[in-house]
Amino acid sequence: MAIEWYLVLSALLFSIGFIGVLVRRNPVVILLCLELMLGAGALAMLAFSRMLGDQDGQVMVLIVLVVAACEVVVGLGLVVAMFRRRLPLDVDDMKELKG
Amino acid sequence: MTAATWGWLVLLFPLSGSIFLGLTFRVLPKKIGGLVGVGAIVAAFACGIAALISLQGEPEESRHVASSIWEYASVGGFQIDLGIYVDPLSVFMILVVTGVSSLIHIYSFSYMQSDAGYTRFFSYLNFFVFSMLLLVLAGNYVLLIVGWAFVGFASYALVSFWYRRETATKAGMKAFVINVVGDIGLVLAAILIFRELGVVDYASVFEKAPEVFSTNQWEVVAICLLLLLGAFAKSAQMPFHTWLADAMEGPTPVSALIHAATMVTAGVYLIARSYTLFELAPTAADIAAWVGLATLLIAGTVAIVVTDLKRIIAYSTMSQIGYMFVAVGIAGYAEGMFHMMTHAFFKALLFMSAGSIISAMANMQDIDKMKGFWKAMPFTAVMLIIGAFALAAFPGTSGWFSKDEIINFASLRGGMYSWMAAGMLVGAFLTAIYSYRILFRILPGKPCPEAQHLIDTGHVVHGDPVNPHTLEPEDTDVGYPGEHHHIAEQAPGMKIGMSVLGFLALFAGALQIPGVTEAVANFLEPTFENSAFAGVLPTEAEALYGLTKGGLISIAGLVLVWFIYMKRPDLPAKLIKTFRPLYTLFVNKWYGDELIEFLVVKPVKGFGQFCNRVVERFAINGLTTGTAGIVRSAGGAVRDLQTGMLRGYAVLMLFGIVAIVLYFLIRSI
Repeated sequence: MAIEWYLVLSALLFSIGFIGVLVRRNPVVILLCLELMLGAGALAMLAFSRMLGDQDGQVMVLIVLVVAACEVVVGLGLVVAMFRRRLPLDVDDMKELKG
Repeated sequence: MTAATWGWLVLLFPLSGSIFLGLTFRVLPKKIGGLVGVGAIVAAFACGIAALISLQGEPEESRHVASSIWEYASVGGFQIDLGIYVDPLSVFMILVVTGVSSLIHIYSFSYMQSDAGYTRFFSYLNFFVFSMLLLVLAGNYVLLIVGWAFVGFASYALVSFWYRRETATKAGMKAFVINVVGDIGLVLAAILIFRELGVVDYASVFEKAPEVFSTNQWEVVAICLLLLLGAFAKSAQMPFHTWLADAMEGPTPVSALIHAATMVTAGVYLIARSYTLFELAPTAADIAAWVGLATLLIAGTVAIVVTDLKRIIAYSTMSQIGYMFVAVGIAGYAEGMFHMMTHAFFKALLFMSAGSIISAMANMQDIDKMKGFWKAMPFTAVMLIIGAFALAAFPGTSGWFSKDEIINFASLRGGMYSWMAAGMLVGAFLTAIYSYRILFRILPGKPCPEAQHLIDTGHVVHGDPVNPHTLEPEDTDVGYPGEHHHIAEQAPGMKIGMSVLGFLALFAGALQIPGVTEAVANFLEPTFENSAFAGVLPTEAEALYGLTKGGLISIAGLVLVWFIYMKRPDLPAKLIKTFRPLYTLFVNKWYGDELIEFLVVKPVKGFGQFCNRVVERFAINGLTTGTAGIVRSAGGAVRDLQTGMLRGYAVLMLFGIVAIVLYFLIRSI
């Protein structure tokens, strides 16, 4: 199979994830979409790695997965903290950091 | 060991004593603290004697050693060593400084016994002595300035030793500020010396100066005048004399130390040390002598009328330092140094006796209230008499030999210096009057209540602690004088110190008896051998004539004062009435404080207020608030971009990244 299909799939996944980040307001869903974007990037990396016959890409993907897991831990921690304080689970309401 | 090694040891002991006591004064038992303080100075004195012996072992032409342990700075041909210079002059100073300081330390060991800051006091005292030793041992003008400034600081710390007394802290600040004015002169002089000669260490400066400078060339005159500025401030000569009287706020041993051993003699030393420069600038040397003469006369007149016991002695110091300035100003270096030595003895003795009497008066210092101490405190009275007789140059005492030597030297130089000699004779008469006045006011008569109490009970009056000047009540905690008072009759330490000084004040004149010995002059000769006036020596007949003249003046003073105070006790009040304007002038110290207030303090204060009102308020405030305003308005302009909308940021990020990627894509095509 040509590499283009992988890249198209990767681009689609990335766009879906990004649009999700932009349009959804629930932080849990936003986190999910972020994971989707990371996965899309990882897929592209894998595809190139296969094409070039180089193992570096695979290693990179493993690292990205670990980082993604950490990021989810932090993100979910934030969500749990918001939940405990009975804050609305809506990122548009969380804008006290404006200038 | 060489003389230089001993010189370093002389410095080492007081410094380590001061540091050790300064670090441990909170935990160290009083007794050990005092013993360490005394021991450090006595050890330094012993090393001074060793330096003397090892220096005398050398042939006369090589009796000067320079030694350096560290290169202080070396920049572009400018080299300063952390070095000392040991020659007869510095050894002479070391011996006087450490010798008298040892006795003062032993005296303080008893005198300060009940003070809450006892160990701290010894730490300061040791530092004071160390600074003075550094000043006299320094091998170049830069290190001299270091010692000079240290002395200024140490005097500040000690004058304000009772730091919760406002009058004392103010006096300390005054001493420090006036001394800093002198320091500036000294620093500028050192810079000028370096600019003109390229070196700052003594040996090279004195070697090069006669080659570079012609007599009275303006550069060398400027250098000497700047040196004199430092000397006048440190030695309390006109017009910088006002701090010395206020410095009486410190504990009495400090007054003794400042007046006798350390500090005020530094100016005399400086001129004697730089005599090569001063002989190239006779104008400056004459100015030194004239200022000394003016000071000795003015201070003498003030000492006749003030009634504070310690201040009388303080003004007598100014006047005696005036003699030394005249001596070194007219190139009578050995004479000046000899008078410095005898003065150290009898002045320390006078202060110690005064301290003992002030203790018996429960810290009161007004001689109007003192009477009849001859009966109450015989030992102190005898010591006071010895001190006052030596100060008044009574025949046979040490002061008689040293003072008349200076007057003799002046009349030998002839010309305008004969006028100086006449002025100094007037000064000698004034000296005699105020010295004997102390005795006749304090010693005879019906004992005052405090003295009577001492006679009756054998104990010192225990008055409520008050500030003797403002009469404000105080407590006896740290920062105020201690609770108990100690008088020489009951404190062995004080007795030892005073007895030794009494002996020296009486008999130290034996070092320089015309026609018999010339120990001091001979000892100092290697230092001053290049002086153009080394050959000016009185014949024996001239010297004896001078001594007779001086002795007669002193005796005349004694008779006059005896007549005024013993025969006609009503006379002082009448004299005050008759000479009211003069009396007012004298008792207000010739308005010296007011003059400085008007000429210096007021303008400086006014300038400060101008700066506060105009420069600070408009220029500096405008600058800072202006900068802050710019930052604030710039921030306000962009703050709306920070919406806090997470999704908005994400969109911006997307556009940003897309733009960057597009840029690189387009470029790569």
